[in-house]
Amino acid sequence: MVDLSTDYLGLKLKNPLVPSASPLSRSLDEARKLEDAGAAALVMYSLFEEALRSEEAMLDRFLLDQTIGHAEASGFMPAPHAYRSSLDHYLEQIHALKSSLEIPVIASLNGVSPSGWIELGAELQQAGAHALELNVYYVAGNIEQTGHDVEQRYLDLLRALRARVDIPIVMKLAPYFSSLPHFVRQVEKAGAQGVSLFNRFFQPDIYLEDLSIVDQLRLSSSEDSLLAMRWIAILYGRTRLSLAATGGVHTADDALKMLLAGADVVHMASALLQHGPSRLAEVLDGIRVWMETNEYESVTQMKGSLSQQHQKDPSVFARESYIRVLDSFSPPDGVWR
Amino acid sequence: MNKPDMITVDGNEAAASVVYLCNEVIAIYPITPASSMGELADEWAAGGKPNLWGAVPTVIEMQSEAGAAGTVHGALQGGALSTTFTASQGLLLMIPNMYKIAGELTPTVFHIAARAIATHALSIFGDHSDVMATRSTGFAMLASNNPQETQDMALIAQAATLRGRIPVLHFFDGFRTSHEVSKIAALDREAVRAMLDDALIAEHRTRSMSPEHPVLRGSSQNPDVFFQSRERINPFYSAFADIVQAEMDRFAKLTARQYRLFEYAGAVDADRVIVIMGSGGDTVEETVAHLNAHGEKAGVIKVRLFRPLDAQALLVSLPKSVKSIAVLDRCKEPGAEGEPLYKDVVTALAQAYNAGKLTTLPKVMGGRYGLASKEFTPGMVKAVFDAMKAETLEQQFTLGITDDLTHLSLPWDAGFRTDANRKNTAAVFYGLGSDGTVSANKNSIKIIGESTDLYAQGYFVYDSKKAGAVTVSHLRFGPDAIRSAYLVGNDEAAFVACHQQVFLERYDMLDHAAEGGVFLLNTQSPPEKAWETLPRRMQQQIIDKKLSFYVIDAYKVAEQAGMGRRINTVMQTCFFAISGILPREQAIAAIKQAVEKTYGRKGRRLVELNFKAIDATLDNLNQVQVPASLTSTREKPPAVREGAPEFVRRFTAGLIAGRGDAVPVSLMPADGTFPLGTAAWEKRNLALEIPVWEADLCTQCGKCVFVCPHSAIRSRLFTADAAANTPATFKHVAARSKEFAGARISYQVAPEDCTGCGICVEACPIHDKSNVSRKALNMAPQPPLRDAERDNFAFFLGLPEYDREKVKHTTIPGAMLLDPLFEFSGACSGCGETPYIRLATQLFGDRMLIANATGCSSIYGGNLPTTPYTTNSEGRGPAWNNSLFEDNAEFGLGLRLAADQLMRYARDLVKTLANEIGGELSEQILNAQQREEAEIRAQQSRVAALLDKLKSIQKPEARSLEAVAEYLIRRSVWIIGGDGWAYDIGYGGLDHVLAQPYDVNFLVLDTEVYSNTGGQTSKATPLGAVAKFSAGGKPARKKDLARIAMDYEHVYVAQVAFGAKDVHTLRVFHEAESYPGPSLIIAYSPCIAHGVDLSNNLRQQDLAVKSGHWPLFRYDPREREAGKNPLRLDSPETSIPFKEFASTETRFTMLARSHPEEAAAFIQAAEAAARLRYAEYKELSEMPLPSANKTETDHG
Repeated sequence: MVDLSTDYLGLKLKNPLVPSASPLSRSLDEARKLEDAGAAALVMYSLFEEALRSEEAMLDRFLLDQTIGHAEASGFMPAPHAYRSSLDHYLEQIHALKSSLEIPVIASLNGVSPSGWIELGAELQQAGAHALELNVYYVAGNIEQTGHDVEQRYLDLLRALRARVDIPIVMKLAPYFSSLPHFVRQVEKAGAQGVSLFNRFFQPDIYLEDLSIVDQLRLSSSEDSLLAMRWIAILYGRTRLSLAATGGVHTADDALKMLLAGADVVHMASALLQHGPSRLAEVLDGIRVWMETNEYESVTQMKGSLSQQHQKDPSVFARESYIRVLDSFSPPDGVWR
Repeated sequence: MNKPDMITVDGNEAAASVVYLCNEVIAIYPITPASSMGELADEWAAGGKPNLWGAVPTVIEMQSEAGAAGTVHGALQGGALSTTFTASQGLLLMIPNMYKIAGELTPTVFHIAARAIATHALSIFGDHSDVMATRSTGFAMLASNNPQETQDMALIAQAATLRGRIPVLHFFDGFRTSHEVSKIAALDREAVRAMLDDALIAEHRTRSMSPEHPVLRGSSQNPDVFFQSRERINPFYSAFADIVQAEMDRFAKLTARQYRLFEYAGAVDADRVIVIMGSGGDTVEETVAHLNAHGEKAGVIKVRLFRPLDAQALLVSLPKSVKSIAVLDRCKEPGAEGEPLYKDVVTALAQAYNAGKLTTLPKVMGGRYGLASKEFTPGMVKAVFDAMKAETLEQQFTLGITDDLTHLSLPWDAGFRTDANRKNTAAVFYGLGSDGTVSANKNSIKIIGESTDLYAQGYFVYDSKKAGAVTVSHLRFGPDAIRSAYLVGNDEAAFVACHQQVFLERYDMLDHAAEGGVFLLNTQSPPEKAWETLPRRMQQQIIDKKLSFYVIDAYKVAEQAGMGRRINTVMQTCFFAISGILPREQAIAAIKQAVEKTYGRKGRRLVELNFKAIDATLDNLNQVQVPASLTSTREKPPAVREGAPEFVRRFTAGLIAGRGDAVPVSLMPADGTFPLGTAAWEKRNLALEIPVWEADLCTQCGKCVFVCPHSAIRSRLFTADAAANTPATFKHVAARSKEFAGARISYQVAPEDCTGCGICVEACPIHDKSNVSRKALNMAPQPPLRDAERDNFAFFLGLPEYDREKVKHTTIPGAMLLDPLFEFSGACSGCGETPYIRLATQLFGDRMLIANATGCSSIYGGNLPTTPYTTNSEGRGPAWNNSLFEDNAEFGLGLRLAADQLMRYARDLVKTLANEIGGELSEQILNAQQREEAEIRAQQSRVAALLDKLKSIQKPEARSLEAVAEYLIRRSVWIIGGDGWAYDIGYGGLDHVLAQPYDVNFLVLDTEVYSNTGGQTSKATPLGAVAKFSAGGKPARKKDLARIAMDYEHVYVAQVAFGAKDVHTLRVFHEAESYPGPSLIIAYSPCIAHGVDLSNNLRQQDLAVKSGHWPLFRYDPREREAGKNPLRLDSPETSIPFKEFASTETRFTMLARSHPEEAAAFIQAAEAAARLRYAEYKELSEMPLPSANKTETDHG
């Protein structure tokens, strides 16, 4: 038997497969199915700063203080006595997941501004979350803002959260940092226990019909995983932080590559949304079979074995591979000649 | 007896809290000012609060007050304890059942926030005309004078009705008492329990209808015994007054608050006594105390039990020394020699004299006061006591008005003040409805009430506008119970706050300020500049009255704390900090506690933001050093501009300026008739931003004009000549349409009438090719544009309307060139209803008769001071009237029948005079089809020619024809109202009128909820939507009114949503109007009650249609006559899930947060229902018709 267990954020996990933030954690049933399928921990759906804000605006305007100055109408809605905010729902869900699952539950906070929402971390901890994922999904589009400013935003939020909670924090990062390893080191200094690579930005699209900008959800594919794999390979052994690989893991092969590159855990979401919990079991099984076939004893043994620092030729994860790839490209017949 | 808990509540809540405990079935229907009692009962029931016996009462909203009364009658006969709350017209609708309930000696108490009955005009405000109309029902009538009493009397009435079996009408003054927030001693549950005798309740149940011991009740009786039966009840009435007094005495033992049937207060040796009922009694008592302290001998009898009238108790309460009595009634009985209470007192005295119980008769005078919440002040009371000194007493006098016509009014000293408020502090706050001023002040009263031993009182005055509503809060607090049932007067307020800088130019708010008081201004001007921003008169008042002047930029503080434009807690903190009612720290802690209570756990982050704002407030509050002399040269601008019509200058301007109380009787129209076109003179400048037209980009599609809720953006065609002398910034371009080659066109905004909702910009389909954010209309700040655009708009209005006959009425760009005859209403910014009304007036306004059901549309359509309905250049326009809420269809039908009848008469006269008139003209008149506008305009000309001709015809028939000739022009009758009317209270009438063949056009402005009274469920409320009385989501599907109407087969029926498909709406209006039978347009109208910002009005309509919630269709019986299927579906099949629509509106989303599983089930069911409905309509529309199946019209 191979030992699939892994350490992540100081948590001992039975295997490295962890469903990442997705709507699947909204339902206890679905969460249980994931656990039954072998999930080693569960990252909950994200609590979005903007969603909290717009809910507050709605509450403020339409429900909690309805006085509008009409003599005949003191308001338009019944008093929302039974109303529970999405934050309260979230806290209850943490509690419910904790009571019905054996595996650790990681809460996820998603937002960009230091406007006080980060303080909610304390409530998430109190509700029983084993760890927190801090997802700063920040599109750095401000021309006045330097790279340093952007990094500072991440670090400020992390420090603010750190000051409020004792449980481990993993920071989910975007790939767009000038010097990712250096930044990861700062994240480590600021008190995180892990980084999760990478946040996949959903790209808006133009709808030609009425020239409007539309948001669209495009699920990931296996190809997307390679970006994270490279950086995990580079970071492995150079930081004490736990490394989580996220984005584009659909198959056992994808997952294995991440582990070989150095990931402590491998997240899955798109594949589970598309194929259901059985996909997790399949991937887990695939990992086990591959390890057995290739005579690996444990995930620990395998973890990072193909990281950059264990390469004879470290350039495979660096610039030189770029030149090799470009040169190796040959167009299909009949296109150029 | 424990010291009672003190609570700070309004009169309605005080009453409802007891009523809820004592009842099992509560049937209600919303009506101002009683609505909140029913809403509270519903809220408590929804929260599972038990009544005295541990059960949660059933609270049910009915289709009308008549329905509520019937339900109560049934519940009582079924053995339950049952009640209702109502007012005004609602009470009138209950009268038939009240006779039944009383006739059957059934114990119940109806709780009434007494309100004026609509006569020449509707009024939502308080007087006793409604309760007085029920005098002969057999109900006992018990009055409360203040919030403390509404609570106490509610219980006494309940106890008495159980013991005496006479039902009781418990009433108190609408608004003045129902809405006054006051610190009162709460009744504990044990006291309430102790007052209700279980044995009596058991007897009530024993008398109820039961198959176990069946009886017959409600028989028909013949002349032989009916009369005797009516007399059989006498012993119950004879006993009842004593029973009430006994219950009052029992109550006193439990609470130490002793009440009497006739409560005397004043000098034991008074020579003059006022007899009065309701809140005015407290004001008289306060004045009596003052006068007696200054050497007079005055007294007051506060009448509590008015029916049955206990003459003996009344006489006993009168001091023997009395020489003259004044009886004040808060109602009017036109043609009577006096009002009801006066007559009763006179009768009681006369009977006592005749019986030898009195040796002399005191002189008695009777008068009226306080109609529709007219102020009733100590100065007026003193005027009565002074008048009572006269040798001959005035009769039928009036108080509080200046009657220069029949000279009945008593003059009074407006400056007279009693000593009652010497130790009290008064404060007045001017705010916007939306800025939280009222809620902050309600909180302040609660804080003062609950954190100190001080008593507190709050009363709130609202204007009648929905967009930009102004509120004035009147607060008093002090060491003694406050019984001043009148507003804070001039020179009385130690604290005056102006929460909106723009009010400086509108209101004389410092008239209220007492010498040495404080003026607090929220201003964006820095402290050193603030003084300069004040008009001259205000500066003068600050200097003269030695006011301290404080300023704060509350918007900045709120913004910085992340609170947007919510300034309530900031201003509240200033109030406490400056006034020093509480030590600062304690006050701030209390404000924070109140914030926590308001927002609770669910809004805990809002709590933090509020805390931040509160903590930042004091650093931003500045006292301004008041200079010794005036510096301002600015005077407050006049209420209306130059050029206003004489009526507007003479009458309307005063009302706009808030000086309506000074209007003398002679200035009032005698029969409630007003000229149109007055809203145009009330410039409110509400918009922070207004649309700016980019003429170069514009394709002149007219969509912006089509969607504007306030008719504040217009398009006009004109000749190049007319464009010769335009103002410098007036924009106009060549008309794009070939048919108008050479003409110019302009799209012009009314800068001071626009409310800034922005939906015109939303509707604009044109983008700059190189910059998608630049449209053909873009919002820009109003202040820098105001002056130039005002001139431009005036110029625009001076251009003549383009020849209506040359414009295509069936296209949006064409129809939008037609002048709206409905403009600048007081409707909410972004209102979903008004564009439909505006459209109807553009197309048919010159021949419209409008029957308007009571509701939002009657308020923004006809609430003084101004009306948005206006006339065209020929003086023609919509003639408008609001009959009632429940009878609008019938009222509209009456207009139709009159038009048809008199047209027939006029046609007969034309035929009779054909020779004199001339064959050609008379033939043309008689044969005119008048379906299309051109034909109607031709007929208008013919009628003008006819009238001209008639002058020379010397026959009596010619004179008769002159009087009715205008009926020869076809009238377009529109019956307009909301879903509360059409689906609920007026449905019976609507159904009946639809069943008739007559040519009327129904326009149902469907907001899917009672909008005007504050969001109660109607039968138009969709499945799963949360509304008042559907806190758990509406469990039943929305009634398919269209389908019901289609069932008649001869009714034109259409469902429209202008924001989803404007051309469809336009087409429907034309088809409906041209259809010569009944037409029903059901118009989707987004409303703020849906819980979505109305800048999204168009999006919401689009989502409603796309999700299948609101399919668009037309059912045209003419198609059937042509052998085609009459039904056409005009919107495609559902293209988005219902959930996507629902997720944008609080009315749906709040349920997902309170009852997630039920919400999900509702969404699923609504989705299925929408799809099914669409499929059914589709099937109907595709059904082949049996051949030769023509519509049968039944004229029987």
